Amino acid sequence: MTETMVQIVDVVLLVLLAITGIAVIRTRNLFAAVMLAGIYSLVSAGLFVVMDAVDVAFTEAAVGAGISTVLLLGTLALVGYKESKPEHTPLLPLFVVIVTGGVLVYGTAEIPPFGGADNPVHQHVAAHYIHDSEQEIGHIPNVVTSVLASYRGYDTMGETAVIFTAMVGVLLLLSRGSLPARVHHDGHWHRVKLGVTREELLAEMEDEEAHDRTVEQEDDADG
Amino acid sequence: MDDRVILRVGTKVLSPFILLFALYVQFHGDYGPGGGFQAGVIFAAVFVLYALVFGLGKAMKVMPAQVAYVCGALGVILYLGVGYLSMFRGGEFLNYSYLFDPEHDPTHGQHYGIIGVELGVLVTVFGVMVALFYAFAGRRRIDT
Repeated sequence: MTETMVQIVDVVLLVLLAITGIAVIRTRNLFAAVMLAGIYSLVSAGLFVVMDAVDVAFTEAAVGAGISTVLLLGTLALVGYKESKPEHTPLLPLFVVIVTGGVLVYGTAEIPPFGGADNPVHQHVAAHYIHDSEQEIGHIPNVVTSVLASYRGYDTMGETAVIFTAMVGVLLLLSRGSLPARVHHDGHWHRVKLGVTREELLAEMEDEEAHDRTVEQEDDADG
Repeated sequence: MDDRVILRVGTKVLSPFILLFALYVQFHGDYGPGGGFQAGVIFAAVFVLYALVFGLGKAMKVMPAQVAYVCGALGVILYLGVGYLSMFRGGEFLNYSYLFDPEHDPTHGQHYGIIGVELGVLVTVFGVMVALFYAFAGRRRIDT
């Protein structure tokens, strides 16, 4: 690809990104907002591909456009699709956003040019990874993998632990709490089957109670 | 539910190929883009798709929530296990060069170590993604 073609692709993707971002803010329909957020992720993934960060793009497309869209839709199924009108004026948030955006744009003036060979990032360990990973790690052509899994093994271990912690946190907050293996009720122990919810268990025990009562009444009648 | 034939058949036909693609992403991570994280998400996506088309109850029969929870923890243990194994072999924690005998080529250890930890990442990400989806989708709407 020639330089101008790359620039055209960049501009198209960035304009799409801006349009999607504005549309997410403007819409009051949360279902549309979630779908647009998924599109936003997909366009960002395209931008990452243009910047030769294919591994990041892959993750963005799978997690940002895939899983998180599904999770947000699952949340919408619980809370409804309509966003209520904001109660206060958006002036203060607008001011904060404009100031933050201005500072960020001002900061980009200091950033070294994209892809420059003598950027600080290439002066540190990156050169070592590119030159010596063949010798140190073996024949793994994707240096990203050898950096991620071997040179930076501690980081990836931490990431894996963070993902695990996220599961524990969500389960603590959202699941109905795991029930014990058996519960004592009405004079005897009930075995609790896996995957039974609290309501189902209570209903089951009530049924049993009612059944016991009819049996008792029959016994009385017999006697 | 029952009249969505194309969705149901499409899901059944596509699922094994998506699983296979996840494995390709996993094991091809050394040569191209991909790795445990992406493969785990794709693996979990199959069960999310299954749950969306056939309902959460059937998906939980195919992949019980308990299995997902165990996977979420097992992957971290696997990752740590590779780290400790290289430590007991005389190297530093997570220094895979020591995974095999000292006279062995250290890059072999690196190779198998990377495969091991990537497998740990795959298992954890898969389990966590499925567990998160079950946790969100398993709640019923509370009408206020």
